[in-house]
Amino acid sequence: MSDLTRKTAAELADALAAGETTSVEITQVHLDRIAAVDGDATAGVHAFLHVDVEGALEQARASDERRAAGRPLHLLDGVPIAVKDVLTTQGLPTTCGSRILEGWVPPYDATVVTKVKAAGLPILGKTNMDEFAMGSSTEHSAYGPTRNPWDQTRIPGGSGGGSAAAVASYEAPLALGTDTGGSIRQPGAVTGTVGVKPTYGGVSRYGLVALANSLDQVGPVTRTVLDSALLHELIGGHDPLDSTSVDQPVGGLVDAARQGATGDLAGLKVGVIKELAGDGWQPGVMARFQETVELLTELGAAVTEISCPTFVHSLATYYLILPAECSSNLAKFDAMRYGLRVVPDGDPSAEAVMKATRDAGFGDEVKRRIMIGTYALSSGYYDAYYGQAQKVRTLIARDFTAAFEQVDVLVSPTSPTTAFPIGEKVDDPLAMYLQDLATIPANLAGVPGISVPAGLAEEDGLPVGFQVLAPALADDRLYRVGAAVEAALTSRWGGHLLEKAPVLEGVVR
Amino acid sequence: MTETLIPFDEVIEKFDPALGLEVHVELNTNTKMFCGCPTEFGAEPNTQVCPTCLGLPGAMPVVNGKAVESAIRIGLAMNCEIAEWCRFARKNYFYPDMPKNFQTSQYDEPIAFEGYLDVDIQTAAGETETYRVEIERAHMEEDTGKSLHVGGSDGRIHGAEYSLVDYNRAGIPLIEIVTKPILGTGDKAPLVAKAYVAALREILLGLGVSDVRMEQGSMRCDVNLSLAPKGSGVLGTRTETKNVNSLRSVERAVRYEMSRHAGVLLGGGAVLQETRHFHEDNGTTSPGRVKSDAEDYRYFPEPDLVPVAPSREWVEELRSTLPEPPAVRRARLQKEWGFSDLEMRDTVGAGALDLVEQTIAAGASPQAARKWWLAELSRRANDMGVDLSAVGVTPEQVAAVQALVDSGKINDKLARQVFDGLVAGEGTPEEIVAARGLEIVSDEGALSAAVDKAIADNPDVADKIRDGKVAAAGALIGAVMKEMRGQADAGRVRELILEKLG
Amino acid sequence: MPEISRDEVAHLADLARIDLDDAELDHLAPQLNVILESVASIRGVAGDDVPPTSHPIPLTNVFREDVITPSLTPEQALSGAPEAEDGRFRVPRILGDEQ
Repeated sequence: MSDLTRKTAAELADALAAGETTSVEITQVHLDRIAAVDGDATAGVHAFLHVDVEGALEQARASDERRAAGRPLHLLDGVPIAVKDVLTTQGLPTTCGSRILEGWVPPYDATVVTKVKAAGLPILGKTNMDEFAMGSSTEHSAYGPTRNPWDQTRIPGGSGGGSAAAVASYEAPLALGTDTGGSIRQPGAVTGTVGVKPTYGGVSRYGLVALANSLDQVGPVTRTVLDSALLHELIGGHDPLDSTSVDQPVGGLVDAARQGATGDLAGLKVGVIKELAGDGWQPGVMARFQETVELLTELGAAVTEISCPTFVHSLATYYLILPAECSSNLAKFDAMRYGLRVVPDGDPSAEAVMKATRDAGFGDEVKRRIMIGTYALSSGYYDAYYGQAQKVRTLIARDFTAAFEQVDVLVSPTSPTTAFPIGEKVDDPLAMYLQDLATIPANLAGVPGISVPAGLAEEDGLPVGFQVLAPALADDRLYRVGAAVEAALTSRWGGHLLEKAPVLEGVVR
Repeated sequence: MTETLIPFDEVIEKFDPALGLEVHVELNTNTKMFCGCPTEFGAEPNTQVCPTCLGLPGAMPVVNGKAVESAIRIGLAMNCEIAEWCRFARKNYFYPDMPKNFQTSQYDEPIAFEGYLDVDIQTAAGETETYRVEIERAHMEEDTGKSLHVGGSDGRIHGAEYSLVDYNRAGIPLIEIVTKPILGTGDKAPLVAKAYVAALREILLGLGVSDVRMEQGSMRCDVNLSLAPKGSGVLGTRTETKNVNSLRSVERAVRYEMSRHAGVLLGGGAVLQETRHFHEDNGTTSPGRVKSDAEDYRYFPEPDLVPVAPSREWVEELRSTLPEPPAVRRARLQKEWGFSDLEMRDTVGAGALDLVEQTIAAGASPQAARKWWLAELSRRANDMGVDLSAVGVTPEQVAAVQALVDSGKINDKLARQVFDGLVAGEGTPEEIVAARGLEIVSDEGALSAAVDKAIADNPDVADKIRDGKVAAAGALIGAVMKEMRGQADAGRVRELILEKLG
Repeated sequence: MPEISRDEVAHLADLARIDLDDAELDHLAPQLNVILESVASIRGVAGDDVPPTSHPIPLTNVFREDVITPSLTPEQALSGAPEAEDGRFRVPRILGDEQ
């Protein structure tokens, strides 16, 4: 059969069910693909920090045995997956892209990893990311950047650049990402792939090494909307180990994706967020966005402009809440129980070892955010910063509530720009932060969002993402609208956007 | 540094003390505050830990509902309001025994607040004075791990070469109960402090929410103290003395700090606001290390946990499960038993209230129960250096011994030998009487012979009795009892003597 | 918005237990000021009447039964330890007092 790496997860599942291929075969071709194009810190896509060849093949063999015995565990049993290195995997290194966790092998699985394993998906390996998910380019990985398969001099987005690049470069059909301010959606946008941030509490965070606990969500990273729906239904649902997990079954997402793909959006009310466009937005991004909005009208949706005035404060709000939470979360990395230990000369105290280790083990962006967070929580500043940010967060959520009283979904470009050159913003934190302008409001309010490919920007020929946001717990709407857009555009383009991407040369490791 | 200590009487002449007590209580839930690890004391190190209580990356807390229930019951027993809505908060500071380098606690939204506890103290004149200690708050939090300091002089932290950390204790539920400043206690300050902690301990025992073993650290006390010039009505600078881990130490720590503060103030100095450590061995305190960031804990609401909002129905249901308050119970029992104030106070003071109650329930009269526990068994407990409840005799056994006395099989003196046997584990009181041959001799012939012998041996005494000095009979009774090796009924002996000499 | 001084940055680093050297302080202090200046824009945006949001999806009373679940084995617990001794985590000498 034709190149299995080009198949979607849904197609692979069908082929497995039909007995046309085996999980070992599928897993092997992806491992081969990784070996050919992933390279390392110096060359290649570098989507993976750790590839588990033997583990993946072993799980694939077990999957084939189950299927031969007529007992597959799940529709996706045997379809391999890549896992962002911020999710704990028992027996597999988990570094979060940080030196401070180099070589750490967790003694437990994240709940989503448990679910993936229980469904029989072989885990190919752990994907690269900005250190502790802080960044929008994956350049802040301590293990070297991931490169965008569309142009390897450019960033693949972040923090989950590894997961997005892995699916974009056909190294994996599915990947897990995490999204705190856009870390699934923005990499999806700049790599021409699909990424979903579920409703806060919709997917368990147990085993997700927290960046900002009140913002983080695990979600699917795939090439198609249907694949995201399949993976989302697999990983979603209540988890008693996560107190913030919503006690409701997940469902209806795959159905919504299939229904959306028929292309009928009649009766759907769509709001274009006024504040997420304008000056500073790349013209090619805006052009593709406008076309996609027009497409929605063609598909029968009623489109209006909606103002969410407090969204202009979302970046500032986010960059107070996130550093505050992460400054506390990252305190546990202290060289006492696990991870790196740097021992200064002389007879250092525990305190001196902590300080030296944290200095050596954390990168600049992590240090910046820890310091901002420490400042924002300090006595005397709490009310003015963290306290105020929590209040503005309420206002942002109210803007969403008001908007969703008028429309069913909100739309915007996913990211203000296409992929920028590696190195361009790495030492300009504010410019980097602006990448998440459009994605952050959803995290602050806990509502779900999806990014689907909207085409290539005229000026640079790089992918543009179209973001759809829905009310909390109405994740199905993302799949309906996302699948409709995907179906119409794919048909217009005569194939998946990724088919326009350059063919990757093999790299010598 | 040598401290100038001012005699207690002089301190009281010149200053008004203000007390504050912070008590940490480990709950006796099966599992930890935020994970399902067991809480049992004394397990092998690091065998009761999981990703959550070990602070592993990615792990998350889930609140133990039973711990919340216990916290609410404690709050209610301390006459507190129970929050309609409250949250957990992170208290951020670095310390190797704290796995996450923040403690999940409560900050400005405690589960219980605004309560009080009435405590009784005895004056030197033997009168009872009642003080109302106002409770500021009771909040939920988690315990830390335990460090073993290796190298250096004596296993203490200072001078150690390195430390070994066991996280079994990390995450065990703690309730911290904080009083408002306790004012106006004057020279009673040390006694009020001790009485408060004792009363709190009694309430917690009654609730069954904690083992409250101060020596095992399941109840730990910090003592805040400040002095203000007499009558000034202001609050002085306070010190917080930690590690005060017995009732006696509470009293001593207050007394010591009062004398020390007075020394500083009368010497023209200023008391430093600092943490101090109490030394059980010599009853003194010493300063803790001054930390630049000591007060900046950067509290914020714990984002991994959702608010606790106890419904009023739940709170009322828990209120209905509260045991009778100790003070009310004591008043009721005193009336039922017909004890004098002094008898009651001694019974409570000896920690014998429950034991006496159970002994009475097992059939003994109140006075008999009190007599055995307070005289005989308290002395033994004291000699053995254990609590009365650990003396090795149960209330049922005490009642059984008394039943033997009542039936005339043994007398009080023989009963003491029965207790010897009970402590030595020789069986039931009946078995011990039989095995040791303690039963009173009721053979009139033998008894009569012994009386005759005593009269013959003590002619002077016999004459006195013949002359009507009946009180002298005691000496002859003693001689008979000695002859009979105690195994005689003293009452019957007296009758025989008086018959023969009457 | 007050500038945070280099000393203040050093204090923050101390609170956060990061041993920043002079070069790092020089590098980070101006960046932190730029960021803080930017985030300070939210001051005054929400009035006193606006309640804070700490959780985007409001839930309350999520409790666990008081039932023991399996712990890690001591080997698992200590598997990541930089140093261990006698089943315990070995850590450098601790300054300061027991908490």
